[in-house]
This record gives sequence, C-alpha cells and structure tokens, in this order.
Amino acid sequence: MTKKITPYRVLIAKPGLDGHDRGAKFIARALRDDGFEVIYTGIRRTPEEIAAAAIQEDVSAIGLSSLSGAHLRLFPAVVEALKKAHCHDIPVLGGGVIPDEDKEELKKAGISQVFTPGTPLEEILEAFRSACRNHRAEQP
Amino acid sequence: METLLRGIRNNEPRAIARAITIVENNEHGSESILSSLDHKSVDASLVIGITGSPGVGKSTLTNALVSSLRSLGKRVGIIAVDPSSPLSGGALLGDRIRMMSHALDPDVVVRSMATRGRLGGLCSAAGAVVRVMASAGCSPVIIETVGVGQSEMDIVRLADITMMVMAPGLGDEIQAMKAGILEVADLLVVNKMDCRGAETLTMEMESVLREKDDALRRICQTKATDGYGVDRLIETIYELESLFRQKGEFMKRRQKSREIEVIERALEMLKPQLQETFRSEINKESNDPQKAAHELIARFYKKLSAEP
Ligand SMILES: Nc1nc2c(ncn2[C@@H]2O[C@H](COP(=O)(O)OP(=O)(O)OP(=O)(O)O)[C@@H](O)[C@H]2O)c(=O)[nH]1
Ligand SMILES: [Mg+2]
Repeated sequence: MTKKITPYRVLIAKPGLDGHDRGAKFIARALRDDGFEVIYTGIRRTPEEIAAAAIQEDVSAIGLSSLSGAHLRLFPAVVEALKKAHCHDIPVLGGGVIPDEDKEELKKAGISQVFTPGTPLEEILEAFRSACRNHRAEQP
Repeated sequence: METLLRGIRNNEPRAIARAITIVENNEHGSESILSSLDHKSVDASLVIGITGSPGVGKSTLTNALVSSLRSLGKRVGIIAVDPSSPLSGGALLGDRIRMMSHALDPDVVVRSMATRGRLGGLCSAAGAVVRVMASAGCSPVIIETVGVGQSEMDIVRLADITMMVMAPGLGDEIQAMKAGILEVADLLVVNKMDCRGAETLTMEMESVLREKDDALRRICQTKATDGYGVDRLIETIYELESLFRQKGEFMKRRQKSREIEVIERALEMLKPQLQETFRSEINKESNDPQKAAHELIARFYKKLSAEP
C-alpha cells in the first residue's frame, strides 16, 4: 500500500560455545541503524536452531559471528541445515576472527560473504544490503 | 500462490513464514491468503496479550508459558513486538533470545515484529499475523509488547485476554496507571517473585483491584526463570477464557477488535484519495484545519456521488 519499501529482515546469530557476542551485537546495532530489522538470537546457538529461526522469521539474510576459531565447522553447518529444510536460497554471511586463508574454503561451502577483522563496516553493511536486495528480487 | 496456499494448509514452516510476511506488509497476495484461512480455527483459538515495562520478564515468562503449554499438547504461536527506531526505521528484535529453547520445536511458531511507526496500522498488521498463526493450528497465540505507547495499547485490543506483567523495583504500578493499562488488563502478573518487594507489590495490586471491585480480574505470582507459578497462571487464563465465553464477553471483544481493524483498513484505503483531493482543491483555500477537514470530506462525498 505504501510506496516506501519495507525494511529488510536479517538474522544475526552466534553459533558455537564461546560466550563473546560483542562483535555480533555491534553488527546487529549497526544494521539496525542502517534501517534493517534485525532478529538477534543470542549466544551459543546450534546451526539447526539458527536455520529454524531464520526460516520462521522469513529473513532475507543470515549473519554469523564466530570468534572461537570453529567457523570452518559451524558456518557450513548452518548452510547444511538450511539445505536440509530446502531453504538454502537464504544467503549466509559470516565474520569474526577468521584468517584470510579460510575465506576460500568458507565460500566453497556456501558462505556468500566472509568478513575479517579488517573489513570496514560500510563494506559489511553494503554486503547485507545487496544480499537482501537480491534475495527479495528472487521471491515469487 | 497456489503452492503457498497449499503449504499453509500443510503447516509447512516456510509457507507459514512467507504468508506472515505477505499479510504483515499487506503485499500482493495478502487478500487471497487471508480469505483462504481456516476460519473455524481462527474463531476457536485464544489470543493472549502480554504487556509490561521493559525488563519485567515478559519474554522469559512467555518461554515458560510455552514450555507448560507444550506439555499440555498445545501448538503455540508467539508474536513478539518491539519498537522500530524512529531515526533509521530499523529495529533490533531480541525477544527470541529467551525463547530459543523451543527453536527446534515445529509446534512453536515464533515471529518477531517491529512497530514500523505504523500509527494504528500495527493493529491490522498484527491482527492478520494472528489469524495466519491461528489458522495454522496455533492456540493460544501469544502477543508480547512493551507496554508504553499507543501502538501497544492497540495490540491489547487484539487479545482475548490481556495480562500485564510487573516486577518489583521497577515502578511499574505508577507506569501502569498512567498508561491506563490497568483498566484493560484482565490479569496482573507479579513476576520475579524471588526478588525483594514482590510480596509488597502483590499486596499493592490487590488493593488497587479491590478498589475497582472487579470480580473478573485476577492476580498471579510467577518466577519466570524457573517456571514457578506458571501452571497456575495457565489455569487462570483458561478459567478466564471460559468465563468470558459464557458471558458473551469473548465475542464482544472479537467484534470490537474486528471493527477497529476494518475501520483502520478502510481509512488506509481512503487516505491517498483524501490526500489527492486536499492537494488539488483544498490546500490553498483555508488556514483553519478543522474547517478544511469538513470541506475536504464534503468535496470527497460530492466526488464520490458524481462518479457513475
Ligand atoms: N530473578 C528473576 N529474574 C527474572 C525473572 N524473570 C525474568 N528475569 C530476568 O529479567 C531479565 C529480563 O527478562 P526478559 O524476559 O527479557 O524481559 P522482557 O520484559 O521481555 O524485556 P523486554 O522485551 O526488553 O521489554 C532477564 O535477565 C531475565 O533473566 C524472575 O522470575 N526472577
Ligand atoms: Mg522481551
């Protein structure tokens, strides 16, 4: 009814066992301040829980944060869980303490964008914007 | 569209989620979804509103309620409403954090919703989401909102039963009375019973209710973090439901909220035409807004009757 476009919805999640969510919360707030509706699910979530929540919330993108070094296992597990539910059209972006040499492997596993500690915030925001824009354009 | 409608009927999580988005945004397809819903389920389902100041434990209590309701075999819907930032239009929706223990349960349908500055419009958007969930077999559907603003009061009208959650040490009583929420809450819940001041708060609330001499209203005590008092709370909710249904209050409320929603939707549809008439005809004429409004409506009627 209104001409204004409805805000993009994204889910920010923190898989794995480490309890530090400063990075995840920082990104969540930055996205909110950029006009996103951000569903934040807190720390210590399993990949299956994250996928299920993302599906229920009908988000256009998932952002994962990991500082524990377990990203090579946890990020692809979220993509797998989405695949299992036939919902792998939802793009998964990931960031945190991730060495450059892991980037390729993560991308191969279906993570559409990988952010390292050096990635500027604006680049992260733009990655979410374009992921959401593309996802929304694909919706029937 | 057909696949989506079939998916909704088959309770596919993705289809329900898509449908909720479409009706929330009033996107193309919204009307066919709403008219295809199972109206019997919608009428039969119970809508519970949970409101209260920030941090009193609404989400934690919702989570505890869901655990008990699941052990009763109920399929539950939850709509968690949080305010949008007026500056960016974005929102941080964090109520789910306290409900993740049910994340893998297909019979717990959770949806976070931002107010999006919809004046009043929130009521029709949330009302539509409630119906999708109810049609998908969720009963009760629980709506959590922060009890401060007008939009939250609107949501109260959507609920069949409204509970106001309080906790000691937050000055809720005063807040609640200011907002007039005590007038509409059917159930007062004193949460954080493990904290100092909870008994005093309960007594204060009891005396407020006694003054009002309202036999239909109830007080419950809970400790949401470990589920203390939650079974009793659920019993009270169902007791109130059957009382309301007996007394005809239930249908009266449903009709009232239907009225609000229909009017809201109609006003929304009229708005662009009123704006157009205003800009093209009224704008330059009068400085008196009240007079201008009368004139606008008169012109609008005239235009309508002139149309074939
Ligand atoms: N001691 C105690 N703490 C509680 C109880 N219930 C909730 N809490 C705590 O209170 C804090 C706020 O709980 P929430 O459930 O997020 O409160 P809320 O009302 O949903 O908050 P908003 O959604 O931000 O308005 C959390 O740290 C909870 O663990 C209780 O019964 N006792
Ligand atoms: Mg909450």
